[in-house]
Amino acid sequence: MRNILVFIVRYHFLLLFVVLEMFSITLLINSTYYQSSALLQAGSRVTGRFYTTISNATDYLKLRTTNEHLVQENALLRQMKGVSFLRNDTATFWVNDTLYKQQYKYIVAKVVLNTVGKRNNYIMLDKGSRSGIQKDMAVITSRGIVGTVVNVSENFSWVMSLLNKHTRISGRIKKNDQMGTIIWNGIDHLYGTLTDIPAHVKIAKGDTIVSSGYSYIFPAGLMIGTITDFRVEQGEHFYTIPFRFSVDFNALQYVYVVKNLMKDEQAALEKSTEGLKDE
Amino acid sequence: MNRLVFTNIVRFVGLVLIQVLVMNRINFYGFLNPHIYILFILLLPFETPGWLLLILSFGTGLTVDIFSGTLGLHAASTVFLGFMRPVIIKFVGEKPEYDITTQPKLEQMGLKWFIAYALVMTFAHHLFLNFVDVFSFNEFWQTLLRVIISTLATFLFIMLFEYIFAAKKEK
Repeated sequence: MRNILVFIVRYHFLLLFVVLEMFSITLLINSTYYQSSALLQAGSRVTGRFYTTISNATDYLKLRTTNEHLVQENALLRQMKGVSFLRNDTATFWVNDTLYKQQYKYIVAKVVLNTVGKRNNYIMLDKGSRSGIQKDMAVITSRGIVGTVVNVSENFSWVMSLLNKHTRISGRIKKNDQMGTIIWNGIDHLYGTLTDIPAHVKIAKGDTIVSSGYSYIFPAGLMIGTITDFRVEQGEHFYTIPFRFSVDFNALQYVYVVKNLMKDEQAALEKSTEGLKDE
Repeated sequence: MNRLVFTNIVRFVGLVLIQVLVMNRINFYGFLNPHIYILFILLLPFETPGWLLLILSFGTGLTVDIFSGTLGLHAASTVFLGFMRPVIIKFVGEKPEYDITTQPKLEQMGLKWFIAYALVMTFAHHLFLNFVDVFSFNEFWQTLLRVIISTLATFLFIMLFEYIFAAKKEK
């Protein structure tokens, strides 16, 4: 017993180092892969308030760009309104529209914390479960896709931005409907990479990449970026396609969180089908 | 002694605030992210006992983590830095027969000593931080470039801070 004590006293520096380092690494692994540790939630309650205050002050500096984006979006929405369309077929006119059912709902939130310089970047929003935000919802702006909600507390939520090592979302080239995977290789916050497009497909610089819609999270046809370059690495059968994000991740301010109202139905259907296959 | 504790508390609060409010928002082509808060660990007195050094390092890292939303990342790197500090001081050279008031500061230890000390410490911290952040050696050169650029940036800010506060004391 005495020897153990002597040992501890003698090597206390090394032992304390090992203990603290192991504790930190455990914290890091838990927070990276689960994003729901109690400490992070408690932390975000305090820091969320703090960053909201800061963001309230700095918002004024970006009013001009925010306004521009809002005006552009207003114009787009006005185009979609009924009065913008000339009705040319008076014979078939239904007031009660049963053909369309709302699938996506949008919740406006403000960015209170955002990074673009790290290998794995996250964004904090000023709305949480109380405003109806849940895990695995899409986050977009009027200019394109931003990321996915990975964790929510009562008043705040954490979003994994596209600028992350773990990002895997499916995108498609708008021109020819070819599907690929969007990844970020961590160099520049302006550029991402589209992979898994077969090498025989014809593509060109400037082609638009949009979301595929083959997920429960993102609606189809949302802008992701435009192709700036493409090449086939030696010995590969797929393109590596760098593209420029349509969203400027360094200037995020207001975002929409997208709620898929039919997600449960879709997931349940998929699950029951998998059950059929097993039999 | 009390004055020393007070100075360090003020330094801690000031550096953490500067880190989360200013430095975390600097993004130069996504590569540059100075971590000025490690200056707190650099400037702790020579006589700080080992266990206290580690605990203070851990506390500093965890505070920055909570504000940056990267739980454990900075804590792990600062604990590493605290562990390496005595080794690095031995390597850079201890001041012979330093009296109790001598601290690892620019104006007391001289420019040459301080540059070597700050540069090695900053590099050790950034090397650990960036490789733990990426958690693989797949993108080795890219990560190393990130380490070098961030180290230089942090080092510049540390020198700037030291000169500002050293100059203030002379008046």
